Amino acid sequence: MNEPTPLLAMRGICKRFGAVQANSAVDITVQPGDILGLLGENGAGKTTLMNILFGAYSPDEGRIEIDGRKVNIHNSAAAIAHGVGMVHQHFHLVPRHTVLENLLVGRKGKRGLLDADAARRRLAEIGRHFQLILDPDRLVGDLTIGEQQRLEIIKALFAGARILILDEPTAALTPQEADGLFDALRAMAAEGMGVIFISHKLQEVRAITSHVTVMRHGRVVANLENAPEVSRHRLAELMCGRELTPAVKPERQPGRVLLRLDRVSTREPGRTNLAEVSLDVRAGEILGIAGVSGNGQRELADIVAGMLPLAGGTLEIDGTPVPGPSARRMQALGVGRVPEDRMVTGLITSLPLSDSMVLPRIGAPPFSRRGVLDHGAIRAFVEDQIGRFGIKAAGPDVRAGTLSGGNLQKALLARELAWDPLVLLAAQPTRGLDVGAARFVHDLFLQLRDRDRAVLLISEDLEEIFTLADRVAVMYEGRIAGILDIGDADVRTVGLMMAGAGGTA
Amino acid sequence: MDEILAQVFQIGFFAAMIRIATPLIFATLGELFAERAGVLNLGIEGIMLLSAMLGFSAAYFSGSLWLGVLVAIAAGVLAGLLMAGLTVTLGLSQHVSGIGVTMLCSGLAFFLYRLIFGQPSTPPNIRAFETVALPWLSSIPGLGPVLFDQHALVYAALILVPVAAFVLRRTPWGLALRTVGENPHAADSAGVSVAATRYQALMLSGALMGVAGAFLSMAQFNAFTFGVISGRGWVCIALVVFGQWNPWRSAAGALLFALIDTLQLRLQASGVVNVPYQVFLMMPFVLTIVGMALVSRNARAPAALLMPYRKEER
Repeated sequence: MNEPTPLLAMRGICKRFGAVQANSAVDITVQPGDILGLLGENGAGKTTLMNILFGAYSPDEGRIEIDGRKVNIHNSAAAIAHGVGMVHQHFHLVPRHTVLENLLVGRKGKRGLLDADAARRRLAEIGRHFQLILDPDRLVGDLTIGEQQRLEIIKALFAGARILILDEPTAALTPQEADGLFDALRAMAAEGMGVIFISHKLQEVRAITSHVTVMRHGRVVANLENAPEVSRHRLAELMCGRELTPAVKPERQPGRVLLRLDRVSTREPGRTNLAEVSLDVRAGEILGIAGVSGNGQRELADIVAGMLPLAGGTLEIDGTPVPGPSARRMQALGVGRVPEDRMVTGLITSLPLSDSMVLPRIGAPPFSRRGVLDHGAIRAFVEDQIGRFGIKAAGPDVRAGTLSGGNLQKALLARELAWDPLVLLAAQPTRGLDVGAARFVHDLFLQLRDRDRAVLLISEDLEEIFTLADRVAVMYEGRIAGILDIGDADVRTVGLMMAGAGGTA
Repeated sequence: MDEILAQVFQIGFFAAMIRIATPLIFATLGELFAERAGVLNLGIEGIMLLSAMLGFSAAYFSGSLWLGVLVAIAAGVLAGLLMAGLTVTLGLSQHVSGIGVTMLCSGLAFFLYRLIFGQPSTPPNIRAFETVALPWLSSIPGLGPVLFDQHALVYAALILVPVAAFVLRRTPWGLALRTVGENPHAADSAGVSVAATRYQALMLSGALMGVAGAFLSMAQFNAFTFGVISGRGWVCIALVVFGQWNPWRSAAGALLFALIDTLQLRLQASGVVNVPYQVFLMMPFVLTIVGMALVSRNARAPAALLMPYRKEER
């Protein structure tokens, strides 16, 4: 046996939070030049493991070795000192500071002052070496998501990282940006660095990683060499521990127009403004809205939800024009809403689940009579929905915030679908959900489509749009860059349109 | 009208204005450091009062004014530590903690004063700081008497403004402080201790508020009275917002406030305008509110202001 000394080895890592065993006896190894894919559903323990490696938690048992030597990582400063860098899913950047300031924070100065000159030189060096180029004097708030991520990677390299952890790094990128990221990661691996790539996008994991560790319920369930040769299907099964059949989308002829936006514009300070957005969604149709975050999808969702005034154009639900913004009127007209920020404008996490589930209809029978709540009716309704949707909650009285992401989303969908909406507005409906829960949501949408309802599906996950949608509209800077039949669309074209490279409507 | 103006803007007007601005500059910069690190220090009013009282007492008994200033600073640092313990370590509401610290410090100041001095018929006083004329500079016509024939602490305040701006902008500690106030997660992941930085900021904040208090009871006046602060701390909170969390602008705000305050004092004293004196007293505060309304519509506070930071929260 003369195994080369691994760059990183985590051995027998155990971590318990209260009653939950987040990691039990987890082993991973990264050799120099490896790109390790870390796969698993939410709650499988990937993030806990990486937080242990980055010093946010200390393990109950187990050891971390770097270059064959045992190291103690108590905090992020120690992790950085040992050459571990982490690019979090939510960027840890200060939008109001410049690129350079974001790089300099936490670094020692020269004679008590920030050493900006050295930082500029180093930034240029990294830029040349890995094709990661950024202007040091730009404000981070003005960077695109892709550029911000580039900055996060540069930050890690700047701090001397030899092991780079990336948590869901492509979630918000265009396909072309993701390709650029992969090139940089390959260049790092070629230099003998180690990369740990956390994702649930199986296609990408197969494309970029050299081997894959799959986790489930806090344990390693598989170590796969030669990731590209393992089928997607096999990876998905390993992840969720059961067989998955692909979602089927039967052919359908769409019916009448249920949602129509005609040259809709908005003017809200501090937000992306819509400019003459026109689109139709018909009965029995799912229209996907693709785009890089911040190109007007949120505003489009708020318009359809009745939460944002129109500065121009018209909005019609099933032929009825809607004059002004009113969430209540949109609801009454038959618009169901599954918002992107389900913890903020979806459910009230600090109140009992039952309150959130009846909130939109709280003022009307059967939930209240003559201004007094009927707790019996509320309870009966919520219990019924919990059973019907298989929501894992101890009962109607638990705080909504204690539910898992998948169960929260089920609760939201249960609420919105209880009144059989004509139009369902769903923004990032499976973000943060595991494969099983995402599948549940997708099946619900397809059922709605079968029942001649219209679904407006806003998603940054192109795979999701290509699976579900009949047509895809791409948003760029508040405009519709183009609308394509899904049969005529491919990821490359949509990606180019997302980046503003134009397209044909 | 000319007569009134002549009375008001007599020699010494601007020198008085600078003197009145000095404690405001110290306390405003103190508040600014705390807020740039993400902590609203509403303990300011109480910290200034307690420091004014303890500083005065130390000077009264020791005969050393500078010892008094040191004691005032120490009191401010301790109060800053208390504020940090409540808001950083315990993660309590910054509003409630700050008001608590102000009430505690004010109560303590009154209580200790009574304990030490009882209820004297004439309040004890000290020989206050005298002005130190700087050689050469003080003889510049016009500017000299205004800027260069002042208390030592006035010079310190004037120097402190560029120093504060420089520290925030150009030093690793200043950048760490700003990052902690904008996005503590970013600071943490860069290996900066959020808690330590906030503790340091609050201790510095308390120290500067302490100097402000000491200046009031030992330079601007020569005795401690219960009304010695009378809302100046709260004004400084407003000045930080007015100055959009920038040391230069906040100091300019302090000068503006002082200008109006000096003006109202002179108008009051001139007796030319026949209005109840309370109207004059009100002027600087009314104008503070007006100024705030005009300027702070565009002001953006540090993004993490008021937010306790807990590592586990994601």
